Amino acid sequence: MKVVSLQDLKKIKEETESRMKLRNEGSLETGSETCGIEKGTEHIQILTCGGTGCKASDSAAIVDRMQECLEQFGVADKVEVITTGCFGFCEKGPIVKIMPDNTFYTKVKPEDAVEIVKEHVIGGRRVQRLLYVDPETNQPVSDSAHMNFYRKQVRIALRNCGLIDPENINEYVARDGYSALADCLLSKTPAEVIDVVKRSGLRGRGGAGFPTGNKWEFASKSQSDIKYVVCNADEGDPGAFMDRSIMEGDPNSIIEAMAICGYAIGAKYGLIYVRAEYPLAIHRLQTAISQAHELGLLGDNILGTDFCFDITIRYGAGAFVCGEETALIHSMEGKRGEPTLKPPFPAVEGYKKYPTNVNNVETWANIPVIFQKGAEWFASIGTEKSKGTKVFALAGKINNVGLIEVPMGTTLREVIYEIGGGIKDGKQFKAVQTGGPSGGCLTEKHLDIPIDYESLAAAGSMMGSGGMIVMDEDNCMVQVARFYLGFIVEESCGKCSPCRIGNKRMLEILDKIVAGKGTVEDLAKLEELALVIKDTALCGLGQTSPNPVLSTLSNFRDEYMEHVVEKKCRAKQCTSMLSYEIIPDKCVGCHLCANNCPVDAISGELRKPHSIDQTKCIKCGTCMGNCRLHAISLK
Amino acid sequence: MEQNKINLTIDNRPVSVEKGTTILDAAKSCGIEIPTLCHINLEGTCVNNHPASCRMCVVEVAGRRNLAPACATACMEGMEVHTNSLRVLNARRVILELILSNHPHDCLICPKSGNCELQTLAKKLKIHEAPYEGGEKSCHPVDKSVSIVRDMNKCILCRRCETMCNDVQTVGAIGATGRGFDTTVGPAFGLKLSESECTYCGQCVAVCPVGALTEVDNTGKLIRDLANPEKVVIVQTAPAVRVAIGEEFGYPAGTIVTGKLVSALKKLGFDYVFDTDFAADLTIMEEGTELLDRLQRFLSGDKSVKLPILTSCCPAWVNFFEHQFPDMLDIPSTARSPQQMFGSIAKTYWAEKMGIPREKLVVVSVMPCLAKKYECGRDEFKVNGNPDVDYSISTRELAALIKEANMDLASFEDSDFDAPLGASTGASVIFGATGGVMEAALRTAYEVYTGKTLEKVDFTAVRGLEGIRQADIDLDGFTLKVGIAHGLGNARRMLEDIRSGKSQFHAIEIMACPGGCIGGGGQPLHHGNVEILNARQKAVYVEDMNKPLRKSHENPYIKQLYEEFLGKPLSEKAHHLLHTNYFNKAD
Repeated sequence: MKVVSLQDLKKIKEETESRMKLRNEGSLETGSETCGIEKGTEHIQILTCGGTGCKASDSAAIVDRMQECLEQFGVADKVEVITTGCFGFCEKGPIVKIMPDNTFYTKVKPEDAVEIVKEHVIGGRRVQRLLYVDPETNQPVSDSAHMNFYRKQVRIALRNCGLIDPENINEYVARDGYSALADCLLSKTPAEVIDVVKRSGLRGRGGAGFPTGNKWEFASKSQSDIKYVVCNADEGDPGAFMDRSIMEGDPNSIIEAMAICGYAIGAKYGLIYVRAEYPLAIHRLQTAISQAHELGLLGDNILGTDFCFDITIRYGAGAFVCGEETALIHSMEGKRGEPTLKPPFPAVEGYKKYPTNVNNVETWANIPVIFQKGAEWFASIGTEKSKGTKVFALAGKINNVGLIEVPMGTTLREVIYEIGGGIKDGKQFKAVQTGGPSGGCLTEKHLDIPIDYESLAAAGSMMGSGGMIVMDEDNCMVQVARFYLGFIVEESCGKCSPCRIGNKRMLEILDKIVAGKGTVEDLAKLEELALVIKDTALCGLGQTSPNPVLSTLSNFRDEYMEHVVEKKCRAKQCTSMLSYEIIPDKCVGCHLCANNCPVDAISGELRKPHSIDQTKCIKCGTCMGNCRLHAISLK
Repeated sequence: MEQNKINLTIDNRPVSVEKGTTILDAAKSCGIEIPTLCHINLEGTCVNNHPASCRMCVVEVAGRRNLAPACATACMEGMEVHTNSLRVLNARRVILELILSNHPHDCLICPKSGNCELQTLAKKLKIHEAPYEGGEKSCHPVDKSVSIVRDMNKCILCRRCETMCNDVQTVGAIGATGRGFDTTVGPAFGLKLSESECTYCGQCVAVCPVGALTEVDNTGKLIRDLANPEKVVIVQTAPAVRVAIGEEFGYPAGTIVTGKLVSALKKLGFDYVFDTDFAADLTIMEEGTELLDRLQRFLSGDKSVKLPILTSCCPAWVNFFEHQFPDMLDIPSTARSPQQMFGSIAKTYWAEKMGIPREKLVVVSVMPCLAKKYECGRDEFKVNGNPDVDYSISTRELAALIKEANMDLASFEDSDFDAPLGASTGASVIFGATGGVMEAALRTAYEVYTGKTLEKVDFTAVRGLEGIRQADIDLDGFTLKVGIAHGLGNARRMLEDIRSGKSQFHAIEIMACPGGCIGGGGQPLHHGNVEILNARQKAVYVEDMNKPLRKSHENPYIKQLYEEFLGKPLSEKAHHLLHTNYFNKAD
């Protein structure tokens, strides 16, 4: 069936309503009453996370086992198993949710399926051992609404992730999907559409935070018969998976948004540039595109209007720099993925020299909601200059690793301690890295700054695309800077000299420092190089590449100084500066350490304290691991 | 007019420039030279490389967060530019130190020493220390083809060569591969140049600012042969050499030094100094006759005749169509290039006359070209493994050799080429510039076709530096449509039009290098100065004017050659010695 009018869209929504009823936002608040076939529940849905993370933990097998059990117990006609996108709480995955009672099961294994079906789905009794246990109260929590991880979140971009079946466009439509496109096409002029986006205050979620409405306006003003709308899905920050989750969990939101933009700027063609390492995201996008085609929501004369729009997918080979829009465009053109100088901006001269508007996945995902709920509603969320929410991939030494979405203006402390549940193993917080390899490391003193573009930049970091990595006392900040710089050196396209050679030289200096051979002059050299690279590199990647070094140099200078002056690494990460020593009082001379030492660095008479020859020791730590009496210390 | 003017200040000096002018050009207009490395702009030859990647030209623009590359930043109204602030000077120094940190410091033995833009810049910025000593350096094997040596360890990734090879020449033999610190420029998959589509046009060498791309140096071989009493060593010099080699000895561009060049060659010890121009006249006889033959057959309705006829003097162009247009191998003239015609005649006609056995005779050519090194090694130009032309040296190599022998071109009196292979007409001299071969052919074709005397020999319609030119030439009632292209990118466009049937020419001249041979890959480096090409071109036509004879068929020694040896143009003997065939190199 082709959707040619608003009525057709509404009809799909109504038809799918019964499926979606169980998952309505209202039912998310369901309290203690559990559902169960034996309790008379007529219709139950089992939602299983089908994101890449949970799939890696065998969530597809959970779905299969569930289905088998349902059939085995003869309840398959009343119970549906639905694969959704990511729920976000990846630390506890695979996640399984039972609807309508909104029970949230964590770390589910395929073998748990039979118990969930038998006990809960049929018997109406929750499987207690699979429930999330609140670390503070030590009490099981049955639904996400009562978990700290979710409580402070506001899910706009992630609104459908973990809720709908991303491979069923009707479920998206039932969640008011494509109503924004219909609204734009049927009752707004392109200028009005751009005006809504401008008024919403939405800024680019890819990192730089350029006002999206202005970007659209530039592209709309470029005169050309052919224009392109591009979705930048070349997510590449280490540990970041915001865009992947949106593509996997709610691909239609991107398609709808791109079509809206196409209408606004006068483009008929959309391109999604996605890295080939995201096969599931690609599959879901392909499915969504073909379903949208079947419904006539892509293609010619969309919703009975003159507007025609089509989307094709382009695969990236995984170069980080291709997230930079000019490099991305070159890559799509089949050229080497290298940035070129702006101006000309893509809005004037982009893909194949035609005006092109490039937005990031998360930016796109916000667009339909802005039209559904209004620019003013969106602008009411967040801070004065940063509107709406931001998705972060929370990772590192934090209890609740996962994908979160918070209103702009939320503090880092709220994210780390409330949503993130604090530092793992009760250790001391040391730093939080935002903005990926281009960002910076912030410290305790920055924890109360609100998360928005300006505040993070003022603190020496940046919003970036949403990586947030938490570090504790065991992280050596020189090593952290070295890690990020190593990433940049690996990912630099090699075009401009400051980035190509400068970052390599900086990395060599850091290598020298962690090897215990650094000098105070090296720190000055590092700083000079960093500032020149920032000042002269060609593209955004190069210009921000020294940020991890600059921010650690400024916030953790004492640690650098310890490395170069005292040759000491307080986090005990720089092995060159460490020595394994045997505590004579504790050593009983069992010889176990010596037997296991791969380089014969340990000697001593049996039953007498042994000693380690530091000139031979390779600092592998095998001795320490083998000593049962904790007689070996690391200094 | 005034609305299009942009007013700004550069180093506190008010400047007014056209809209779209870069800061670099605006600064140049008021005498401020901002250092550059990657940028090169050859106006009029469509060569403009400004990737803004070396970042040497960064300047401070008031109100801008970071420094701006002057080569690629357009002037804006009210802009306040500082080209020598402390911030700028420091950044430039650090960037140059970085570039030098990944560049070998073996300038003493580098072929580019003294002519290296990086060296000049290091001197200018007074870099006397290597602050990143001990850091990793790029490590790539040196790739030596018969014409070009690639030492990518010296490459600074200005990517001029890549622009030349891809955008200007559309050959696509080299491009950037790898990324980050490992980035290098070369053929795909790490292949050697000899395994790529390289035409050896040498334009990459001509624009390389450092010693990463250089020619194969044959002067060592030459010195050994000159010193060998068993050998008779003769030399031929191409038309474009005489208008350019003076530059290496301090003469202004475009100075004609033919006589001094001959003296220097004799002084160097060549037994006979001949002229490729002689063979150029011979080329016109063969190629011109072939044109008229094809034309007459075509006009009489012979469907098997292919038109247009394409010139085949340029070896890079021959390589280009063998690689890129293998379906059109029957269109170019079968006439060998002047270099090869010379070698063939020298080792047969002349050697027999002089009683010199082939194996004792060494034929050397001095060429503005690097592809000539490849051409003389082609199997079809060898007799029992002995090449007609033993080897070729470039204009630059000859200049270096003269200097090595403690000689200065300026100190020589003029001498004449030796007879008989040194005699030439004005028609042959203009082979050095784009359009010249066509013009020379027209001078002869007109008289042969019409049987009348051509009074006005200057066909100015075919001259110039425009990439693709066309002209209708009246041959006494018959309109001959001719086309001219220089630069392989223009050649490609022309060829594609022929293939699609869009273009209707009778004859086309193609030269691989911008400007023709005067801009060849073996010429003194022009460092991006298009004025040098203009001056050389002008000189070529002056030399033509100075010649008493200006039509190839009037060359008395050419007439003698046909009478004594070849018979007539396109004779069986001429076919055997002066013509060739082409190979499909696409696979």
